[in-house]
Amino acid sequence: MVTAAIVGSGNIGTDLMYKLLRSPHIEPRWMIGIDPESEGLRLAAEQGLEASPEGVDWLLARAELPDIVFEATSAYVHVHNAPRYREAGIRAVDLTPAARGPFVVPAANLTEHLGEINLNMVTCGGQATIPMVHAVSRVVPVPYAEIVATVASKSAGPGTRQNIDEFTRTTAAAVELIGGAERGKAIIILNPAEPPLIMRDTIFCAIPADTDTDKIAESIHEVVAEVQTYVPGYRLTADPQFDDPQPGETTARVAVFIEVKGAGDYLPPYAGNLDIMTASAIKVGEELAHHL
Amino acid sequence: MPFSDELDIRVTDTSLRDGSHAKRHRFTEDDVRSIVKALDDAGMPVIEVTHGDGLGGSSYNYGRSLVDERVLMKAAVDQAGRAKIAALMLPGLGTKDDIKAINDIGVSIVRIATHCTEADISEQHFALARDIGLETVGFLMMAHTIDADSLARQARIMADAGCQCVYVVDSAGAMILDDASDRVAAVVAELGDDAQVGFHGHENLSLSLANTIFAVRAGAVQVDGSTRRFGAGSGNTSCEALAAVFERLGIGTGLDVLKMIDAAEDVVRPIMDEECVLDRMSLIMGYAGVYSSFLKHAYRAAERYGVSGADILLECGNRKLVGGQEDQIIQIAADLARDRR
Repeated sequence: MVTAAIVGSGNIGTDLMYKLLRSPHIEPRWMIGIDPESEGLRLAAEQGLEASPEGVDWLLARAELPDIVFEATSAYVHVHNAPRYREAGIRAVDLTPAARGPFVVPAANLTEHLGEINLNMVTCGGQATIPMVHAVSRVVPVPYAEIVATVASKSAGPGTRQNIDEFTRTTAAAVELIGGAERGKAIIILNPAEPPLIMRDTIFCAIPADTDTDKIAESIHEVVAEVQTYVPGYRLTADPQFDDPQPGETTARVAVFIEVKGAGDYLPPYAGNLDIMTASAIKVGEELAHHL
Repeated sequence: MPFSDELDIRVTDTSLRDGSHAKRHRFTEDDVRSIVKALDDAGMPVIEVTHGDGLGGSSYNYGRSLVDERVLMKAAVDQAGRAKIAALMLPGLGTKDDIKAINDIGVSIVRIATHCTEADISEQHFALARDIGLETVGFLMMAHTIDADSLARQARIMADAGCQCVYVVDSAGAMILDDASDRVAAVVAELGDDAQVGFHGHENLSLSLANTIFAVRAGAVQVDGSTRRFGAGSGNTSCEALAAVFERLGIGTGLDVLKMIDAAEDVVRPIMDEECVLDRMSLIMGYAGVYSSFLKHAYRAAERYGVSGADILLECGNRKLVGGQEDQIIQIAADLARDRR
């Protein structure tokens, strides 16, 4: 059993803790925050973790250090923390958009970067949509892919709101690098409807005009099943929709419609965007655990 | 308090931005030059030019531009004499890089739009825009969906972030007279001297000009219109009608009424594919409170899936879609087609 620390005691960190408590391969032993009043730290102590509001300094001063750190703070904080984990020889799974290490999306490149000391989980929208771009690009060339992520306003915290450009830039970059599209574009929309809506994602891929659509659809269904092994609430809301080239265009198009319902561990089920982030991070952590 | 020493009210013409929806984002440089020339000559103080969905809007989701919007904005800047050129951007789609790029092109005003409950996603963009010397306007879209006090609190967030004029935006054309003036009055009361207040209307319930008058009486000093109503849904407030009515009301806009009437008939109308009319689909948008730019997407999805466009729009209202969720129109059409089988 490898040991883990969760750095960041907010919504993401706390949801991650409940998922880790179920893991047969990883033991969550520490939860670190900066606010003594934090609900997350209180819940962590209740679950038997060593919980401290004294930040990363406290964690790195322990006699025993974790094998893996899950960073659930902010990009700004992780930029400062990443070199310190590295010096201490601790593997980092980074849930912020800091992008200090290579992008990992389990359904697309789970095992590719396991030797790296720092792995980045892209964005929630990236975890939800890049598997579908990958599903298409492994069958046919994808000159362009565009993703639209719609999340409930209540599930978008201050970090996302103040750095919304980070979301669009980082997601678009990973749609290209990990999804396999030549050019990527990402759009995020916040919807305040009550009751809060479950995360919806649409993935558009440009595809060659004379393509075997059945093969693409089959690949999409396979990857959906693969994602469901670590995110049970991930599903297609419609069959993949194929459109012929429009006047003036040379490529055809496939549109994939996804819903991500959360497991409701700590965050409510509508917050599928946060659930897919924590569930994907744990998938990566467990794969690391096998190789440590 | 008037807009300035010269103008009681400053009008922004948005036919080259909101009209982009009606034109399916297929403006050419010649279209832009012709419209900017005619409006500039008629005294239009601000002309907005961008993809209908704002900077970076050219996409599968919103429709691809025939000509790069930066090329169109450059043509507008080069053509304009007195008029300032404005551009729209929506955080989550456009980025700070787009704002820097339009500044380099010579655009003078950036209008940053969010759904009316989500103003805090625009803070970094207002800060950058002010830093580099752009004039700023904030758009609180779909403003009919929340009450006046909630809207005023969102306006405060934009003003504190550096927004110089917060617009109450009736994206669905769903407001009825007092709906507009109550919201404008609440925002005016909240902002005081910190920022101006504006109003952007749509014609989907046949009330855009009347709502604009109510907004001005409640304290709005900037208002939008589109010449020949060239905009999404059944179009925006008619700039030429606004020019005539405001002159009769003794409200100074600086617009030459007869030149505006000629520009609408002789220059803008020939560039439009069709008139923006108050028909079944656009009336349903106003009635059901649906984002106006969904109109052409709903027509296309209705045809592609063999379902009723009116049913698609009603379902958009039921599902409480906000601006930007054009992707869900395809999903709704596919759902309707499946349910029918």
